[in-house]
Amino acid sequence: MSDLTRLTLAEARDGLSARKFSAVELNQSFIDAVARANSLNVYLVETPEKALAQAKASDERIARGEAGPLEGIPLGVKDLYATEGVQTTAASHILEGFIPQYESTVTANLWRDGATMLGKLNLDEFAMGSSNETSYFGPAISPWRRQGADGKVSDAKIVPGGSSGGSAAAVAARLCLGATATDTGGSIRQPAAFTGTVGIKPTYGRCSRFGIVAFASSLDQAGPIARTVRDTAILLRSMAGHDPKDTTSVDAPVPDYEKSVGASVKGKVIGIPKEYRLDGLSAEIAALWDRGVEWLKAAGAEIREISLPHTRHALPAYYIVAPAEASSNLARYDGVRYGLRKTGKDIVDLYELTRAEGFGKEVRRRIMIGTYVLSAGYYDAYYLRAQKIRTLIKRDFDLAYQAGVDAILTPATPSPAFALGEKGSADPVEMYLNDVFTVTVNMAGLPGLVVPGGLSSDGLPLGLQLIGRPFEEETLFALGQAIEEAAPKIGLPEAWWA
Amino acid sequence: MNTHANSSKLIPGATGEWEVVIGLEIHAQVTSHSKLFSGASTEFGGAPNSHVSLVDAAMPGMLPVINEECVRQAIRTGLALKAQINHRSVFDRKNYFYPDLPQGYQISQYKHPIVGEGVVLVDLSPTEQIKVGIERLHLEQDAGKSLHDLGANDSHVDLNRSGVALMEIVSKPDMRSADEAKAYVTKLRTILRYVGTCDGNMEQGSLRADVNVSVRKPGAPFGTRCEIKNVNSIRFIGQAIDVEARRQIGILEDGGTIDQETRLYDPNKGETRSMRSKEEAHDYRYFPDPDLLPLEFDQAYVDELAQHLPELPDEKKARFISQYGLSPYDAGVLVLERASADYFEAAAKGRDAKLVANWVINELFGRLNKEGKSVEASPVSAAQIGGIVDLIASNVISGKLAKDLFEIVWLEGGDPAQIVEARGMKQVTDTGAIEAAVDEIIVRNPDKVEQAKAKPTMLGWFVGQVMKATGGKANPQAVNDLLKAKLGL
Repeated sequence: MSDLTRLTLAEARDGLSARKFSAVELNQSFIDAVARANSLNVYLVETPEKALAQAKASDERIARGEAGPLEGIPLGVKDLYATEGVQTTAASHILEGFIPQYESTVTANLWRDGATMLGKLNLDEFAMGSSNETSYFGPAISPWRRQGADGKVSDAKIVPGGSSGGSAAAVAARLCLGATATDTGGSIRQPAAFTGTVGIKPTYGRCSRFGIVAFASSLDQAGPIARTVRDTAILLRSMAGHDPKDTTSVDAPVPDYEKSVGASVKGKVIGIPKEYRLDGLSAEIAALWDRGVEWLKAAGAEIREISLPHTRHALPAYYIVAPAEASSNLARYDGVRYGLRKTGKDIVDLYELTRAEGFGKEVRRRIMIGTYVLSAGYYDAYYLRAQKIRTLIKRDFDLAYQAGVDAILTPATPSPAFALGEKGSADPVEMYLNDVFTVTVNMAGLPGLVVPGGLSSDGLPLGLQLIGRPFEEETLFALGQAIEEAAPKIGLPEAWWA
Repeated sequence: MNTHANSSKLIPGATGEWEVVIGLEIHAQVTSHSKLFSGASTEFGGAPNSHVSLVDAAMPGMLPVINEECVRQAIRTGLALKAQINHRSVFDRKNYFYPDLPQGYQISQYKHPIVGEGVVLVDLSPTEQIKVGIERLHLEQDAGKSLHDLGANDSHVDLNRSGVALMEIVSKPDMRSADEAKAYVTKLRTILRYVGTCDGNMEQGSLRADVNVSVRKPGAPFGTRCEIKNVNSIRFIGQAIDVEARRQIGILEDGGTIDQETRLYDPNKGETRSMRSKEEAHDYRYFPDPDLLPLEFDQAYVDELAQHLPELPDEKKARFISQYGLSPYDAGVLVLERASADYFEAAAKGRDAKLVANWVINELFGRLNKEGKSVEASPVSAAQIGGIVDLIASNVISGKLAKDLFEIVWLEGGDPAQIVEARGMKQVTDTGAIEAAVDEIIVRNPDKVEQAKAKPTMLGWFVGQVMKATGGKANPQAVNDLLKAKLGL
């Protein structure tokens, strides 16, 4: 049998329904691959028994002709999603050993549709980071490596991006057919771009946040990372939907997103925001963006330059709003009811010792920033102004869409992936700048899709981002497919780790 | 508005008279089956931590979902307080660390409460009424309970109350004496019980008050206030105000200044103690809760609730005065509890309402108070008390016998008319029989007859003798008339 891990999710699904292989065989292939990939540090918890038990049940349902849309498909789950009976840590020491008695709505939807779970995937601690280096359990490593013009491969370990670094790396390294991820400021899209995978952050409210460890509630959104636009569309259909347990989830029917994969994009109006052409944008990224424009034009789309004038305020405003919400969301990790507890002489001592030891440096930094900007006397100057900027950013997009723009094309990241320790160690802002093209989408609550556009000069993937109208993910899948078809195939990284 | 110049409310001091200014924040537990943002039960008295959902325990990834019943109750309360109902309100997070606050923040309403300004009419006496302004009413979560006395070195937390819905009802600083404050809380509790939005049970903590007290010379600007936290009985509210006002006056008259601070009232020592100063006050870092959308509803929703609101105490009192001809005092007493008013109306139907009111207020309420029973638990039903009143009105029994009859009904139950029949308690109105008895007594007591002629108050002795002779069943009026005629008085 050929290597089943090389299949796309859609191919595996079709193979299963054609009985070319069983769900147990498919899952076993991935379990074996995961077992050989420890050096990537992608999985925090492996659940092979669970995957095989689910796969066995899937084979029975397939035999009975009762297969669900994701029957037997092995997935990885970002360790921010609560999984019943399986440790859920948010990659934080403070939640080490925490085993929820409940399942997140999104993963429950996936299991309802027949998917199987290979394990829990690494991430930046509490989803705070752009490189997976803030994980308490060590960084996840990208399967990609730099390659010089001479073809020589560098040994430098490359980050998979973050915060959904484990999800993106697992998909790229063929350690699952798809993965759940979350995106607060770019945490799905930046890792997807860094690993040559496809990721979509859906419209805010499209997926339930119930059972997902909260980072910044008004920005957090669940979404999938997978190898192709089609695979991503298939996963999102199962993940999305209204949930009475999350009042910010939207009660609107979930379309069959796969149907829009391959739909014509003729006549679609694509906005090119001039403000995204930052000073100092690398020539490589600028060229990628230009090629993206050409590919969509060739597919029949109409290109239009647009203005999103408040773009430059988005990143600073994001780094006020997100830490503010995080400082409050993370207050529950106090050592009283679950997770790490460090006892002291009194309750205040317990709080301080537990939280000082339980949270990593970046999480502590953001809690402090958030606490500061919400404090009396600073609230108006920081939080309130940031919220006003947020309104203006949203209005920028609204005006563009009202003027007839169907979607907006931008680079996904200002650079290709970097090596471990290369960025942000001296100045955290250097790391925060990774989110410059992605945070606007969260601030405005819009859907954003990232697709690979090619390789950088040193052989690392580069991604393009498509930003859509609210709840018009279908347009993004159609356009994303057009780019996927036109872009040079970047292939899969060689399994140097196995 | 207030009769604030009323000097009887002023407190004398060494430097002249002082006026106390009081505002109250009442925390009223919303009557609902489940908590404000979770499905856990709100029942009182469960085993510790038996009414706790994953949301109440603030497990990772849990989200609050608003309980519509609590929203309806808040709106209904707002309507009963004649207050502005805000069609859009916002839930905020009030951030602080405490073991009985699992989320690390309380979900409350800060800048945009569900209910705005309203007013409560408070009767101080049958002739004196004040208006107390309502500043706002907002919904918020209750905290859990910390228990420090279960172990030597550890504390325990009971989260049963964590997340239970509270209405915080904030008054304007419109009260000028402890009596006014007590009357306001009593009236507010009556209103809440009428609309069924809070059981008003202070012993169980369903109603607690934070009392803001300041003093000033009459006509001067407001003084610096102190907040006395969590006072849990109406009596203590009154005591705390008096004690705190005297404390503040003492400081000011000694040339000191009042520090704005939070204090606690100790009923055992009869004093208030500092809890934390303004400098130590928490910075709560309020911000809109991003897990909850703004709470929005339309006027039709409010109208629907208004339509089904029961008659409120003020309206009921006015109706009792006009419809039944009751005195303002009697009407006021009867409407204090909805159950009492309902009882009265059931008993008064088709009867002399004033007589019924007398019997309900004097006999029934007197007896209920003595036994510590509520009107709902009264052994004498409205139909029974109506039956007793019927027997008085139709002259079947005398007022005195009626009291005996009430006692029998209270203790043994039964139909009053049948009891009177079976026990021969019927009043004798047959003048022939009464006359015979009168004649016999006159004949047997010639000396007393002589005395009575000189001293007409002796008549009472004769009446007593006749009543005794007739077993108390003679119509007292008839006995009186006959005796007067025969004795020539």
